[in-house]
Amino acid sequence: MAIATPRVRLPAIAKKGDIIEIKTLISHDMESGQRRDSAGVVVPRKIIKLFEAQFNGRPVFSADWNPSVSANPYQSFFARVEESGTFEFAWTDDDGTVTKTTAKITVA
Amino acid sequence: MIRLLLAALLFASPALAQRSGYDDASVQTRAMQDDDSANPGFLWVRHGEELWSQPTGTAGKSCANCHNAPDTLRNVAARYPAWDATLARPITLVQRINRCRESHQGTTALAPDNDIMLALSALVGLQSRGTKIVVANDGPLAPFLADGARLFRQRQGQLNLSCANCHDDRAGQRLGGSIIPEGHANGYPQYRLEWQGLGSFNRRLRSCLIGVRAEPYGPASAEAVAIELYLMQRAGGLTVETPSVRP
Repeated sequence: MAIATPRVRLPAIAKKGDIIEIKTLISHDMESGQRRDSAGVVVPRKIIKLFEAQFNGRPVFSADWNPSVSANPYQSFFARVEESGTFEFAWTDDDGTVTKTTAKITVA
Repeated sequence: MIRLLLAALLFASPALAQRSGYDDASVQTRAMQDDDSANPGFLWVRHGEELWSQPTGTAGKSCANCHNAPDTLRNVAARYPAWDATLARPITLVQRINRCRESHQGTTALAPDNDIMLALSALVGLQSRGTKIVVANDGPLAPFLADGARLFRQRQGQLNLSCANCHDDRAGQRLGGSIIPEGHANGYPQYRLEWQGLGSFNRRLRSCLIGVRAEPYGPASAEAVAIELYLMQRAGGLTVETPSVRP
């Protein structure tokens, strides 16, 4: 799949102070730069090198990804939520393209 | 009496022994299939949901114009390949979608591993997840089924192996480091970690045939359809797992 389409899953509602799991999945070839095509030419590296998550504008999680990460990478992480708000997710490509998505959570 | 018992046992044993590829996969791979947010096949399913309501072709119709919501196709994938009265031969689910595209939407047929076809067939397949596979085996399908069964046992390629040599006789044993599965076609299109992507039944069949150094069947060939028909009939009783995850 050529176009990066992210999927994010987290609970819609949580209690104050809850630790929740956030699961993310994005379609991406994660071309490692180690492979050659049928003509023997190296296929240039094209991976998502950085994953970042913010909550209400504050960074809560980030990960550097490397060429050995498989295609269509899945990343899950845990966060404690104290207030209602919006998670913002950003996947940064080698070429600088940033794919973004958001998800809301209500804290009762 | 003993003969009768033995016959009953022989008849019943394939059904009893049926093992989905899921059962042979590692704990991690199974966990990936079980969790819809971790199963990468759902990237294609979501793409399929977008395509479902997009008009295409000269007729300007979308899938939704005729079928409404995708869940109106519930359980359909569990009975394919099915008989097509117009063509007077069995067709696969991919071919059924292509027939819709050509005759109702006025657009082109797609190869099974085209991303649009993968997305649509994953979406349609998902509507039957958990449904027991029941493919008709009588009437006009019988000769095609017999063809499939014959091809399954036909030795071929430089390695001179038949499908049955591995998937019937040596299922559960190892080929290199991997467990040989029984070869049930109950989860296509399927996300294979080896492929790093979703792939059709035809892609899997091609890999096997190339593996035994045989000439692969074309995706629309009578042989490929006959084998898919036979395999789905053989998998009868297992449930549809689309989009399955395999190593």
